[in-house]
Amino acid sequence: MDSQDQKAGEHQQVFRLLNVNGEPHQTGFSVHHSLLEVLREQLNLTGTKHGCELGECGTCTVLIDGQPVLSCLELAAECEGREITTVEGMMNGNDLHPLQEAFADLGAAQCGYCTPGILVTAKALLEENPEPTRDEIVSALAGNLCRCTGYHKILEGIEWAAAKMRGDNDYTPPKEAIYGDPLPGEGGSHA
Amino acid sequence: MHEPLDPSKKQDQRKSPTGRDFNLVGKPFRRVDGRAKVTGQTRFADDLSFPRMVHMKLVRSTVPHARIVDIDLSEAEKMPGVLGFLTGESMPNPFGILPVSQDEHALCVDKVRFVGDPVVAVAALTEEQAYEASLAVKVEYESLETIATVEEAVATPEPRIHDYGDEGNLHKKLSMQFGDTDAGFEEADEIFEDVMYFEGNTHLPMEQHATVALTEEVDRVTVYSSTQTPHYLHRSLTKVLELPASRIRVIACPNGGGFGGKSDPFNHEVCAAKMALKLGRPVKISLSREEVFYCHRGRHPVLMKIRTGVKKDGTLTSQHLQTALDGGAYGSYGVASTYYTGALQTVTYNLPKYRFDSIRAFTNKAPCGPKRGHGTPQPRFAFEVHLDKIAHSLGLDPAEMRMQQLVPADSVTSNWLKVGSMGLGKCIEAVVEGSGWKERHGNLPEGHGLGLACGSYLSGAGLPIYWNHMPQSGVQLQLDRSGGVALFCGETEIGQGSDSVVAAITAEVLGIDLKDIRLCVADTDLTPVDLGSYSSRVTLMAGNAALQAAERARDLVAKGAAKKLEVPANELVFAEGRVFHGENPEVGMTWQEAVIEAESRFGTLGTTGSYIPPRSPGRYRGAGVGPSPAYSYSAAVVETRVDPETGVYRVEHVWMAHDVGQCINPAMVMGQIEGSVYMGLGEAMMEEQVYRRLPKKRSNALVHKHPSMLEYKSPTFADMPGVTSYIIEDPDPNGPFGAKEVGQGPLLPMMPAVANSIFDAVGVRVDQVPIAPHMIRQAIEARDKGKEARFGPKKFPEVDFGTPLRVPTPEEGGDGKAINIEEAGVREGTGTMTERKDAVKGGE
Ligand code: FES
Ligand code: FES
Repeated sequence: MDSQDQKAGEHQQVFRLLNVNGEPHQTGFSVHHSLLEVLREQLNLTGTKHGCELGECGTCTVLIDGQPVLSCLELAAECEGREITTVEGMMNGNDLHPLQEAFADLGAAQCGYCTPGILVTAKALLEENPEPTRDEIVSALAGNLCRCTGYHKILEGIEWAAAKMRGDNDYTPPKEAIYGDPLPGEGGSHA
Repeated sequence: MHEPLDPSKKQDQRKSPTGRDFNLVGKPFRRVDGRAKVTGQTRFADDLSFPRMVHMKLVRSTVPHARIVDIDLSEAEKMPGVLGFLTGESMPNPFGILPVSQDEHALCVDKVRFVGDPVVAVAALTEEQAYEASLAVKVEYESLETIATVEEAVATPEPRIHDYGDEGNLHKKLSMQFGDTDAGFEEADEIFEDVMYFEGNTHLPMEQHATVALTEEVDRVTVYSSTQTPHYLHRSLTKVLELPASRIRVIACPNGGGFGGKSDPFNHEVCAAKMALKLGRPVKISLSREEVFYCHRGRHPVLMKIRTGVKKDGTLTSQHLQTALDGGAYGSYGVASTYYTGALQTVTYNLPKYRFDSIRAFTNKAPCGPKRGHGTPQPRFAFEVHLDKIAHSLGLDPAEMRMQQLVPADSVTSNWLKVGSMGLGKCIEAVVEGSGWKERHGNLPEGHGLGLACGSYLSGAGLPIYWNHMPQSGVQLQLDRSGGVALFCGETEIGQGSDSVVAAITAEVLGIDLKDIRLCVADTDLTPVDLGSYSSRVTLMAGNAALQAAERARDLVAKGAAKKLEVPANELVFAEGRVFHGENPEVGMTWQEAVIEAESRFGTLGTTGSYIPPRSPGRYRGAGVGPSPAYSYSAAVVETRVDPETGVYRVEHVWMAHDVGQCINPAMVMGQIEGSVYMGLGEAMMEEQVYRRLPKKRSNALVHKHPSMLEYKSPTFADMPGVTSYIIEDPDPNGPFGAKEVGQGPLLPMMPAVANSIFDAVGVRVDQVPIAPHMIRQAIEARDKGKEARFGPKKFPEVDFGTPLRVPTPEEGGDGKAINIEEAGVREGTGTMTERKDAVKGGE
C-alpha cells in the first residue's frame, strides 16, 4: 500500500499520479473509485461517458497503454504508471483526429453519447491494424452499444479514417452513405 | 462555403429533385454540433458541476402496489454527509404531461403504484453518501392487490390503482365509428380476422437521465436536465413548486438519446428543483441504469384484433380494429397513445369505413408512454401482417395489392385526416425494384424469404398538448454589424440534428455560412417557446418558424442594401455571403456590409418567426389525435434466413425507402433512416420490457425481468444487416422547403416486414413481436401436426365498448362532426388531450 494512503471518513483515500493524455495529474480519491469516476469527477474530463457503470455498454471506454478498457470497471488506484487516453486526448492541437473528422462529417455521431467510447476503441484498432476488414472492425466494436446510428455510419467513418491515416487520399466514403442509394430506375438494383 | 464533406474532394452538387437550386439545403454538411460531439465537448446534464453542488438520490418503492404506512428517516438522518430529505407531503400538487392525466406526484403521497415509484429524496455531500443514506431510509408498506395485465385490469375493477379514469382500472375506453362499417363488411367478398400482440419495449437511451438544479434567489430556480420537452417540464415545475413560470428557468441539455423516453416531466427533475430551493445549493441527480428502466415511458404492450372486409381484387371495404394497451402505473401520454393505436390506420391505404375501439389499462408496472412511433407501430404491425395474409389468401402480390389501395395525395381520410403529399407509391416501387421482389418473393428456397411492409408517420401533431392559441414553435433572430446571426429557439437537440436543421434553414435564406450562426436553444428564459422534440415535429414546425424569421430578416437587410445599391429590394439575391442583384451579380455587397446598411437605417435588428399548424377538418371528440401538417411514408423489404430446425433466424438485408418530402441534409436523413431500421430490428427480434412476479411470500412484487443493458437485449454492431436506403423526395407544401419528418417513420415497417419475411421463408406466422426462435419452432411444429401454422395470441379480452361515436365519412357527406354524441355518452369537442372550454376558462 502506498505510504501516502490514509483513512478519510469511512473510505480509505489514496493518492496516485495518473498519466492522462500525456499529462501527469496528482490525484486523491477513495480507494474503491473507478477510473471513470476519477476521470469525470476529479479531473473534470467529462468527455468519457457512462451508460450503465456495470461493464455492459462500452460507453465509458478509455485506452490504458493503448488497449480499450471499460473505465467503469477499472480501479483508478491501479492505474498509476500507465498511459491513459481519453477522447480529450485525440485531437492534435486544434486539429481533429482523422477518426473525429470522419465521424463529424458522416454524422456517425448523432446524440454523440456513445461516441467517445467508440472513437478511442477505433483508435486502438487502427493503431494495431491500419487496414482492418469490416468484420475486424465489427468485432473490435462488438462491446460498444449505440442507440442512434444503426452502426453503419460508424463503420464507414472508421474505414474512411483508416484510409486517411494510411495516406490513401483517393478513398471516399460510399456515396450511398450520404445520399442514399440511387433509385433503382436511376442506378440499377442492389438485390 | 459550408463545411465540405471532405475538404480534399469535390462532392457533386446535386440539385433538389424539385429542380430548385439551394445554397445549402439538400446538400450534405457537417452538423453544427459535429465537432463538439467528437471531441467530448458537448455538455450533457451529468457533465455539469457547480461550486458547492450536492447530490441527491431517490428511495424507490420495492413493492408494486401498497399504502405507505410509515416513513422512518431516523437512521438515515444520522448518516455522514446527509443534508436533507423530501417526502410526498412537501409537494402535494399533482402533475403529468397531459392535462387530463395529472396523476403523478413528485414523491408518492399515501400510495405507491409500481416497483420504482419514488417515495423519498435524500441529499448529501457526495453521491455515495446520498446512496448510502437512501438505503437507510425505512418505508413500511401495506400491500394492495396488484394488477399485472390488461386482462387482470378488465377483470378487477376494484380496488382501483387510480381514483380517476373511464371505469374501474381502465384509464381510457373509447369507440369510434367512421361511416357505415357494417355496410362495408357486407360489400366485401371475404372478411379476414387476426389477433396480434406487440410486447412492450423501452427506449434505452445511452445517456441515463440527469438533472442539476440551482437557485439564484429565494424564489428563483434554474433546472438543467436531459429532457426532450423543456417547456412541459417548465409547466409542471410551476405547478408543483407553486412559483410563477417567470421565476423558473429550464435548460434542456443536449440529450444522449431520447427516443421519447425523456418527454415526460419526471419526479427526479421536480425533486432536484425542490431540494435546491430547500438547501440553497446546486443539487444534482443522475439516475442509475436500473432507475432508467423503471422510469420507462416506453412502448405500450398492445393486444390487437383486426378485422377487414376485402374484395377479391384486394380492395378494402371496411375495417374494425380493437386495441388493448397495458399502460403501467400512470397516465403519462397514455390517452394520446390510446388514440394513436387507431388514428393513423387510414393514411396509407384507402379504408372507406373504419371502426376503432380501444382500452388502456392501469397496471402495477413502470408507466408506458411514447416511444419512437408513439402508439402507431403496434397497429401498423397488425395491419401490415394482416394485409400480407390477405394478399396470400387471395393470391395477390402483397406489393401490388398495396399499390392498388394507396390513399391519394391531397385527400381526406374516412377519419377526417388531411393527407397532403403522399410518396408511398414511390417508396414501394423503390424497394420492390431494389430487392428483386417480383422475381424472388415466394420463389426463394425453404428457409429464405422476403417480407414487405409500409408505414406512415406525423411531421408533428396538429394540436398542442394543452389547448392554446399560441405558436407551437418560435424562432428569434438577432443580427448585428458583426455579420453574425444569433438564433434563439426552444427546440431541443436529442441527437436527431434539430440544431443543424434550424441553423441550415436560416443560413439557406440569408445565404450565409453556418459558422456565422450562433445558436441559443432550449432555454425557457431566453428562447421562444417550442413544444419539444417529440412527434417528429421539429424540422417542420421549428423549421417553418426559422424560415419565417429568416425571410423577415432577409427582407429587412434587403431594404438596407437596396437603397445603397440602388436596385429594387425584391431583385436582390442572398448567396455565398453576399447580397447582390440577381441579373447583375457585380452590383452587390458582402452580407456584413448589407447588415450594416440595415442597422444604420432601422436601428437594432431582430426578427421573429412562429408556426401554428393548419386546422384539421375533424370536429369529433378524438379528432385531436392524428392530424399532422404532413405525413411521411416508408416502405421496407426485409430478407431473412431461417433455420427451420431451430427457428434461429437472421435478417440479412433491408431495403428501406422513405418519403422525407425534401432533405435538409441527406447525410442526416440517412442517419435517421439507418437508426430507425436498427431500432425497428431490435423491436422485431429481441427487445422487450417484461416483468415477473416475485413469490407471494416475498411481497408479490412485479419486478422488471432484466433491468440491465446486458440482459435487455438490443442489437449490437454484429447484429446489423446491410441496409439499402432510398430517399424519396415528394415535397410537401406545409414543410419548410417541402421537408417532412424522418426520425420515426422508417421504424414502422420494420417489425411487420420481418414477420412477413419469416412467413415467406418457412410458411408459418408469428403474430407477435419480438419474434423469438422458439415461436417459429412452435409454429412449425403446430403445422407439422396439422394445426394452424401460427404462433400468437388467441383472443382479445371481452370488453363492452358500448355505442361507438358515429362520424360520417367525407364520402358519406359528413361534416367532420359526430352525430350521436348523447347516445355514445361522449363529451363534445375535438380535444382529446384537453377540453377547449376548460382551457379557455384557464383550467387544466
Ligand atoms: S458505463 Fe457501461 S460499460 Fe462502463
Ligand atoms: S450516437 Fe447516440 S448512442 Fe450512439
